Amino acid sequence: MAADKLAAVSMTVNGKPVTAEVDPRTLLVQLLREQLRLTGTHVGCDTSQCGACVVHVNGQAIKSCTVLALQLEGADVLTIEGLAAADGPLHPMQEAFRENHGLQCGYCTPGMIMTAVDIVRRKGNELDDRTIREELEGNICRCTGYHNIVKAIAAGARAMRGSSAAVKAAE
Amino acid sequence: MSGTGIGASVRRKEDQRFITGMGHYTDDISRPGQGFAYFVRSPHAHATLKSIDTKAAAGMPGVLAVLTGVELAADKIGNLICGWMIHSKDGTPMKMAAHPALANGKVCHVGDPLAVVIAETLAQARDAAEKVKVDYGVLPAVAEPAAAQKPGAPQIHDIAPNNTIYQWHLGDPKAVDAAFKSAKHVTKLDIVNNRLVPNAIEPRAAIGEYDTGTGIFTLWNTSQNPHVARLVIAAFVGMAPEHKLRVIAPDVGGGFGSKIFIYPEEVVALWASKRVGRPVKWVCDRSEAFLADAHGRDHVTHAEMAFDGDGKILGLRAKTVANLGAYMSTFSSSVPTYLYATLLSGQYEIPQIYCEVDAVYTNTVPVDAYRGAGRPEATFVVERLIEVGARELHQDPAELRRKNFVQKFPHQTPVIMNYDAGDYNASLKKAMELADYKGFAKRKRESARHGKLRGIGLSTYIEACGIAPSQAVGSLGAGVGLWESAEVRVNPTGSVEVLTGCHAHGQGHETTFAQLVSERLGIPIDNVSIVHGDTDKVQFGMGTYGSRSGAVGMSAIVKALDKVEAKAKKVAAHLLEAAEGDIEFKDGKFSVAGTDKSAAWGDVTLNAYIAHKFSGQELEPGLKEGAFYDPTNFTFPAGCHICEVEIDTETGNTEIAAWTAVDDFGVIINPMIVEGQVHGGIAQGVGQALCEGAVYNKEGQLVTGSFMDYAMPRADYFPSLTVGTTMTKCPSNPLGIKGCGEAGAIAAPAAVINAITDAIGTEAIAMPATPAAVWAALQKSNKLPHAA
Repeated sequence: MAADKLAAVSMTVNGKPVTAEVDPRTLLVQLLREQLRLTGTHVGCDTSQCGACVVHVNGQAIKSCTVLALQLEGADVLTIEGLAAADGPLHPMQEAFRENHGLQCGYCTPGMIMTAVDIVRRKGNELDDRTIREELEGNICRCTGYHNIVKAIAAGARAMRGSSAAVKAAE
Repeated sequence: MSGTGIGASVRRKEDQRFITGMGHYTDDISRPGQGFAYFVRSPHAHATLKSIDTKAAAGMPGVLAVLTGVELAADKIGNLICGWMIHSKDGTPMKMAAHPALANGKVCHVGDPLAVVIAETLAQARDAAEKVKVDYGVLPAVAEPAAAQKPGAPQIHDIAPNNTIYQWHLGDPKAVDAAFKSAKHVTKLDIVNNRLVPNAIEPRAAIGEYDTGTGIFTLWNTSQNPHVARLVIAAFVGMAPEHKLRVIAPDVGGGFGSKIFIYPEEVVALWASKRVGRPVKWVCDRSEAFLADAHGRDHVTHAEMAFDGDGKILGLRAKTVANLGAYMSTFSSSVPTYLYATLLSGQYEIPQIYCEVDAVYTNTVPVDAYRGAGRPEATFVVERLIEVGARELHQDPAELRRKNFVQKFPHQTPVIMNYDAGDYNASLKKAMELADYKGFAKRKRESARHGKLRGIGLSTYIEACGIAPSQAVGSLGAGVGLWESAEVRVNPTGSVEVLTGCHAHGQGHETTFAQLVSERLGIPIDNVSIVHGDTDKVQFGMGTYGSRSGAVGMSAIVKALDKVEAKAKKVAAHLLEAAEGDIEFKDGKFSVAGTDKSAAWGDVTLNAYIAHKFSGQELEPGLKEGAFYDPTNFTFPAGCHICEVEIDTETGNTEIAAWTAVDDFGVIINPMIVEGQVHGGIAQGVGQALCEGAVYNKEGQLVTGSFMDYAMPRADYFPSLTVGTTMTKCPSNPLGIKGCGEAGAIAAPAAVINAITDAIGTEAIAMPATPAAVWAALQKSNKLPHAA
């Protein structure tokens, strides 16, 4: 209840050092969206089910609605806004979502793309349909019926092989 | 220009911002000095509000205001309304109960908002909301539609005895009775069309802002139809005159109907912003959305189909009780009536149809249009009846359908609709080929070898879209016209802005509408911007739902483009010093017939504005034209979906082994986007059939109140979907478009249940056909391997 007592936390977000004063109950997604104005990370539920809020922390996908900002002292956070350099080409997974019509309303998309990049990190560049569908257990899309998301992830995974943007994102 | 014109699978223009996290959804917007709203909602399904003590809450840190229905009434903020008048068969008007934005004196469902806290931060608003003390006088509740009218059921609104909103009917009961008397066979079914929660992944949100200097309110909200929101909030709620209220619906993360309606929270955000002198932001939590967003479906139906000795359908009758929840939502009354009973002819020639619908209040969240809205319910009735009829008559389900298909167009059904064009044989034939219908028996044997039960189910659906001719819907009770508007603004340098009254929340209008302009004007789609969703920019529009944006919205753009072209030809005539009648326009070039004289699009647009080549007496400068398009008929997309399932007899788990969809949407602007719409619709329909269901207990508590216990379909529910099309052009609009947004959700539930019942050998299974439900049904059927 000590809403007035702020605590400091420092982390790296999209390659930039960030220090913020937060109410201790602040979730990572709230810090990203409200204080850092990185509104590409979305909130679609309150039970860690939908995956719209997925970001990478120290190279691994996590649901940013399920971790306190204060837990991430010193962490390296990557959001959808940092996946590709602002002036560079899109990340292959982003390009694959566009090319394969893997999004409609776009709300679940940042979480889907961040999850997809993590799937590739863990499962490699050749992903079959079944693997992708099982790996998407933590991401809900209401628009696409997943069909084109699955296609996009398979294509994006292949395109990530040796892509410089993908290597950069993984660093 | 063919690369970006009509028929090209152009990649979407809007995707750049969505894949880079640069979309602008309502929650992404922050207004200077904004406070945050948090609602106090009833934990009881039905209770009187004996007292609300806000004192402790008002003294909490950061609290700007705690407001209740008492203040709302004192400020004369009007009730929310239902905008479609339905009359009962005895001629009496529907019983619309008062629906204040904050409950006053009584709450009628769990989640009914009764107070709001505005604070500096959301956390402070939540903390303070916990301190609002409410003394409830708990009343008995009723949640089941079938129980609402029973003697002794709790009475929810004084205006509606027996909780009955209307008792409506359509058709000729005597003629139907006669048809049934002459029947050789009658198929009868009791059907529950399960209640669904729409669950667009972006939760609803609203920001209200009041400018004391101008007296203008601005509302940012997650709306599918911002102009209708403005109209209702101005004319009925009385927040402000229409010209003093601006509604902006920016990027909206899915709607599926649930964002059509005018809700309490946006009214309160506007009202509170004036009260506290600060912008007020509200963002719905997901679990809150289960209690605050209009739900869908929730019908209980008894239906019968009469056949003659040859399997020709003689008649259909249905009696439905439709649950509209605790209050009548914006378009709720139309869904179980004119969007439902009018489609009960399906794709079939049915001489006589009679449908009775009782709409009832219950102590549940209001129910309104959800993807398909009435048409999925109708399709489920018709497609289950014909499938079961085929089984009872020992006929092939595809053959029985074919025997009864409407063959000649136009076709007048006994339930209002006049089908203008279609070829139902063609879509059935193509779907059966793509699905390898002939090879099913072999696949079934293969499944049996692995101890699995395999089933196949068809759904040959029809829907009425392109909603809708204003005169027609007006005569049926609609409070609005359902035309659409467009304005085409051509800039001096030749780029184009199209202002549309439609709203996109996933449909890709920024691309498809630009494709139309590209095709017509011969300019690249990158030179075209589509503007929507802001009542200060677009003068008026009816929004997006009912698969209407292509058929109605794009037709309005066509009309405006016709005018632009006519005006541009006049400019070109002056520029090229030729007679207007000799000017030809093709591929972005104006030329003088029979000569080599020509002018490029950009030359003509520039000359329209510099106006050096003609006098103001001859021609007005500028190049901007608007149009309103009112359709002359509904459109009738139709098709055939075939679902093949494999069921694990030990767990009852249903796996969808294959899905084939062949739809006739008329002319298609962007096949890639249309396929995406079909995929999404199928997923929602499969969700209804297999896993989704809003469950209330007897006390009116929503048991499935979050994503933890309301099962949303996930990626592994689906196989790769096979999607094809056939095409008959829609004769009633200039582009020949029928609409595609709802087809999947309309077709899918019946296809799934027909497949499951085919596999398990009993019709006694309700939606959602969860593994537990299928397993239980299997125990009573004779299809278990040990019994076989």
